[in-house]
Amino acid sequence: MIPTLFWTDGLFFLVLVMAGALVLVMRRREHFRRPWRTVSRSTPAMVSLVVIAVYLAVGIVDSVHFFPRADAAGSAAGANEPISLLDHWLGGLRTRTEKTYSEPFAAYAYAKEHLPTADGGQRWDYPRLTYGGAHLVDPESERVRDIAVTGVRGAGQGGLMWLIAAAGIAALIARSRREPIGRVVHRVARGQTPLPWRAMLLTLLLLCVGGGAIAEWSAHYHVFGTDKVGADVLYQTIKSIRTGLLIGTLTTFVTLPLALVLGLAAGYFRGWADDLIQYLYTTLNSIPHVLLIAAAILLTQVYMAKHEEAFASLALRADLRLLFLCLILGLTNWTGLCRLLRAETLKLRELEYVQAARALGVRDHGILLRHILPNVFHIVLISVVLDFSGLVLAEAVLSYINIGVDPTTESWGNMINSARLELAREPPVWWSLAAAFVFMFTLVLAANLFADAVRDALDPRRAD
Amino acid sequence: MGAASMPLLQVANLRTGFVQGGEVVRAVDGIDFQVEAGETFALVGESGSGKSVTALSVLRLLPQNGRILSGSVALAGEDLLQLPELMMGRVRGRRIGVIFQDPQTSLNPVLTVGTQIGEVLAWHGLRRGRAAVDRTLELLEQVGLPEPRRAVSAYPHQLSGGMRQRVMIAIALAGEPELLIADEPTTALDVTLQAQILVLLKTLQRDLGMALWLITHDLGIVAEMADRVAVMQSGRIVETADCKRFFARPEHPYSRQLLERLPRLSACRDHRDAGGDAPPPTLLEVRDFKVYYPVRKGVFQRIVDQVRAVDGVSLELPRGRTLALVGESGCGKTTLGKALLRLIDHNEGELRYDGVDLSRPGSDDAQRRLRAQMQIVFQDPFSAMNPRMLVGDIIEEGLRALRPEIGHESRRERVETLLVSVGLPPDARSRYPHEFSGGQRQRICIARALAVEPRLLVCDEPTSALDVSVQAQILALLVDLQRRLGLSYLFITHDLGVVAEIAHEVAVMFQGRIVEQGPTAQVLLAPAHPYTRRLLAAVPKLRCG
Repeated sequence: MIPTLFWTDGLFFLVLVMAGALVLVMRRREHFRRPWRTVSRSTPAMVSLVVIAVYLAVGIVDSVHFFPRADAAGSAAGANEPISLLDHWLGGLRTRTEKTYSEPFAAYAYAKEHLPTADGGQRWDYPRLTYGGAHLVDPESERVRDIAVTGVRGAGQGGLMWLIAAAGIAALIARSRREPIGRVVHRVARGQTPLPWRAMLLTLLLLCVGGGAIAEWSAHYHVFGTDKVGADVLYQTIKSIRTGLLIGTLTTFVTLPLALVLGLAAGYFRGWADDLIQYLYTTLNSIPHVLLIAAAILLTQVYMAKHEEAFASLALRADLRLLFLCLILGLTNWTGLCRLLRAETLKLRELEYVQAARALGVRDHGILLRHILPNVFHIVLISVVLDFSGLVLAEAVLSYINIGVDPTTESWGNMINSARLELAREPPVWWSLAAAFVFMFTLVLAANLFADAVRDALDPRRAD
Repeated sequence: MGAASMPLLQVANLRTGFVQGGEVVRAVDGIDFQVEAGETFALVGESGSGKSVTALSVLRLLPQNGRILSGSVALAGEDLLQLPELMMGRVRGRRIGVIFQDPQTSLNPVLTVGTQIGEVLAWHGLRRGRAAVDRTLELLEQVGLPEPRRAVSAYPHQLSGGMRQRVMIAIALAGEPELLIADEPTTALDVTLQAQILVLLKTLQRDLGMALWLITHDLGIVAEMADRVAVMQSGRIVETADCKRFFARPEHPYSRQLLERLPRLSACRDHRDAGGDAPPPTLLEVRDFKVYYPVRKGVFQRIVDQVRAVDGVSLELPRGRTLALVGESGCGKTTLGKALLRLIDHNEGELRYDGVDLSRPGSDDAQRRLRAQMQIVFQDPFSAMNPRMLVGDIIEEGLRALRPEIGHESRRERVETLLVSVGLPPDARSRYPHEFSGGQRQRICIARALAVEPRLLVCDEPTSALDVSVQAQILALLVDLQRRLGLSYLFITHDLGVVAEIAHEVAVMFQGRIVEQGPTAQVLLAPAHPYTRRLLAAVPKLRCG
């Protein structure tokens, strides 16, 4: 097992570390602690946070890549393509591929085939699946019962895991508050804690029970069916989580420095710097973004095709294309925040405390860092969390028109793109679209609810 | 004859509160007063005393979280608090007219003056069509707008501040009200305009026979205008009296305190108190100082014209003295102050500080060191401090920038000493500015300026945003600091009362130039220039009648 680090992995972890550092810094500042405390008291925000945390955990596990050992049994193809920790854990899901489409929980394929009969002839019928429901002797009579039993068993296991987690959380609260654990449990159950622990634990219960059932089912069935080449759709949609998260977070890596540096510079120094920066973003804004993105993606493709030797593995190529997509999305997305920051800085620089600092001989960079930046930071936070869900959706749209991530990268956009043809079939194949929709919708809804709470708490005009 | 004995407005036991986080905070706490038909009644109090909330309660225009808890408000015997909202709409603007403080925000910027007055006439069904236009013209004439025909079709931004306030009064009069509520009608205006508006209100009240309920913090205005006075302090009325008697013999200690703290023109500071007759050496010398703002037009931003904000000013400020720079808003006094500190570039002129010529660009470092010698204190203590920084960090910012060699410990000591010297506890260091009141914040601003040991302090209206009692404390602090540290002040203000209290010398500024300059007593008591005389005449005197 040789660990390897993709570009996007490294940057993703860097973003996480920086976010962690930011949290530590903000914890020490009262004026940030206060609004975040408001956020932490809001039930929708904290429920969303639980959901986001689960997605994030999946994304992190999926970002630890390594080359599997080329042992005796290992296939030749498996050895030089790195897999992630998530792939490793979901090994079965990845390798249990059928021939082609099959419905969720199906034991038979979705298309008829010529099957050999016992008497040596052929018959035109639905074949049994290689893995889905393979343990059943007679799927017609056993399947529904088996699904129910496995589901309950999985839910039970999930519930048990939840109990352990909940007990651990209660113990932690009890320890930090120095209260007997019985009282803590009682207060949580009645919803009397300052943080909405009851709602958060209920969400966690829902996720645990659902996750447990799906996990148990997926050992014997394809919960969300299979796609054209027989790959498990559940596996695809789980793998898409990482893509969505990366697009949402890595893009800020480009937008933030550009918007902050240029916005503050334009607003503070005015004059020719302001003119230049304004021309820059008006020009950029007047080019249709889709065109710009398409051009950039095609360029990278051409570049990679010309320097084939540098991009040995398929995964590395797909990864770089994802990274370039983030970069170009960032390049087209910084103008909005930049304009907001410029306007706010224009206002702040005339304020008397900035003038007083200038009278005291504080240099420009000191004023920008100590006086302007902290006073525009709430705008940055609000816009980053608001933009996140928009970017996840943008990926879906871009992949739909084929200028998004690499076709080999699992992403909700690619799933939706392929669903275009699947829905045109008769009978339609609906499950890819449904799976992508459910997972993406959950993430975007959670992100939006969380962003709403953050904006309400941080926006001084809304704070009352 | 019940009507004759019944007051026009009778407020009884009125209690108003604001709901904040599930609790009710009392703003008006059981007040009783009445306004008789045809009289001028003044409600006086410092900011936060609840006087505006009282007016809003009477009009039932409280903000969302405001609640009237108990009491009654009777207009000619009819309880306004019991009226349905629809009927109340017929009272507001018709039977009670209102003028608010700020004419900028009280007029709709996208409607012409004529439309806004016509709206009131139409809403109350008073005039329509041709008659409404005639009435509008009549009203505008009544409030003394020059060329009422042009004003009818003008938009608010085309009018000056004083004219806008006149339009506001015309709107309030359109409904032919029995009672006119004027909430700080002149606070946003210059002193000469203030005098004009007050005279106008007084004449209108006499001619139309309506009652005027004046809400103000300025006892000078009260003395000029009111028949009866009520003094309000933290939600209660502490004294109600006839105006003459009130100024002659105030009964409540708080009223006495207010009257004593009022800056008076007669309180001119003896400018010989610095010791000896020999004039102290000059610290700051300005010759032919000019600051122009370019007016740019067109695609290439060509400079087509210049606004002469400061147009050839010459000044001398002796060491350890206070020079007051007096003038109305827009006369260029703040621009001059900022240009002296090099916060704004000047176009022409000589600027000598302690014999060193500052108008020539020197090395960056030397200039920054000289910067430390001149500091500024601003008008609004709320926007003068970064809300994201601790008070200690705010005060030591200048030290960090100019004396990086001072260590952490001694910097902390300096900050604490400074806080004590401006009358604040040393532990204020580790708190945020929003935890302090206006006066305390102004003290912090002074401490920040003093941190770099300046010799000259430019005070740009440091007391105008403060209440009278706090104003007196800040002035006393400034005088005390001058005595202890030998500071020189360039004191920019529009308030001649403050000038008398603090200044050794006065320079009167008008349209970018200094029209008169001399010792305080001479300028204030024997003004030579007609503009100075006009300024002085406009100051409300503490005389009743």
